[in-house]
Amino acid sequence: MSSLFNTRDCLAGARDTLPMLVGAAPFGVIFGTLAVGAGLPPWAAQAMSLLVYAGSSQFVAVSLVSAGTVLPVIWLTTFIINLRHALYSATLLPTARTWPLRWRAALAFWLTDETFAVVEHRFRTRGEAGAAAYQLGSSLAMYLNWQFFTLVGIVLGKAVPGLADWGLDFAMVATFTAIVAPQLRQRPALAAAATAGVLALLCRGWPYKLDLIVAVTGGMSAAMAVRYASRRSRT
Amino acid sequence: MTTFWMLAGMAVLTFLIRASFLVFGRGLRFPAWLHEALHYVPPAVLSALVVPMALAPRGTLDIGWDNAYLAGTLAAGLVALRSRHTLLAIVAGFVVYVLWRLVLAG
Repeated sequence: MSSLFNTRDCLAGARDTLPMLVGAAPFGVIFGTLAVGAGLPPWAAQAMSLLVYAGSSQFVAVSLVSAGTVLPVIWLTTFIINLRHALYSATLLPTARTWPLRWRAALAFWLTDETFAVVEHRFRTRGEAGAAAYQLGSSLAMYLNWQFFTLVGIVLGKAVPGLADWGLDFAMVATFTAIVAPQLRQRPALAAAATAGVLALLCRGWPYKLDLIVAVTGGMSAAMAVRYASRRSRT
Repeated sequence: MTTFWMLAGMAVLTFLIRASFLVFGRGLRFPAWLHEALHYVPPAVLSALVVPMALAPRGTLDIGWDNAYLAGTLAAGLVALRSRHTLLAIVAGFVVYVLWRLVLAG
């Protein structure tokens, strides 16, 4: 370890991430259970958490697998869903600019919504001293937490084999709904959700799950249209 | 084998996105429109997945009162809007869904 590491900041990063760990835990369990329920081998479910390590795209991939989706569409969907991480990457660059490559690469691999939120807050309020060690602490805490609760979910899904027929597909619907509903108070987000929903319904069953791509593209265009329209009406 | 390639592709793409600026990106720039559009990826994707499953769980449009998926989805959505508590909303949606099915079966 280079001089960027120090135990105090590393522990502080892990400690400040604690609320995020509690929030992510049930989703880890639900992911593991759904993944084996959808027919993914247990090793693949755990490998997805270990190697991809991006909760929402993992959930969506599982639902695409159970719908028999072809690989290029799964990849494209993963790309679209995770593209927001580029924004985090750009935001952290000014602080990380002087760090050695292996630090930047490792912390990029572990960059999640949760770690970004915690780390960005600290950088903004407390400056850059100990920043790399702090981000490492947050990253490791989130990563180990996600692995552990994925495993719990996989074991649970295997122990209760009927769980999938028992309405687990609905657990996915309920999870997505609960995440998206509070965002619908904003008009562009509402336009995105409404347009994407209607398009997905109208185009359902299209080959290669192209309905999803059409719906998402349409939804994002609608949101942008609403934004531009409201901006113009204000000026 | 397909599973292996699915994981490999997802892992590589996700890492490249996260590494974009931190590893490669001293010269990269983020266009403003893309910055804005990215905020609306989650509502678009999640709604595109939820709506067909809630309104057409068996493939054909089903907006009758006997659609347990629709009842559970509405419950989860309402609780999430009111409480902003994700986990509570999931549990509420699931309870309504299970009760709906039990009542319909009974």
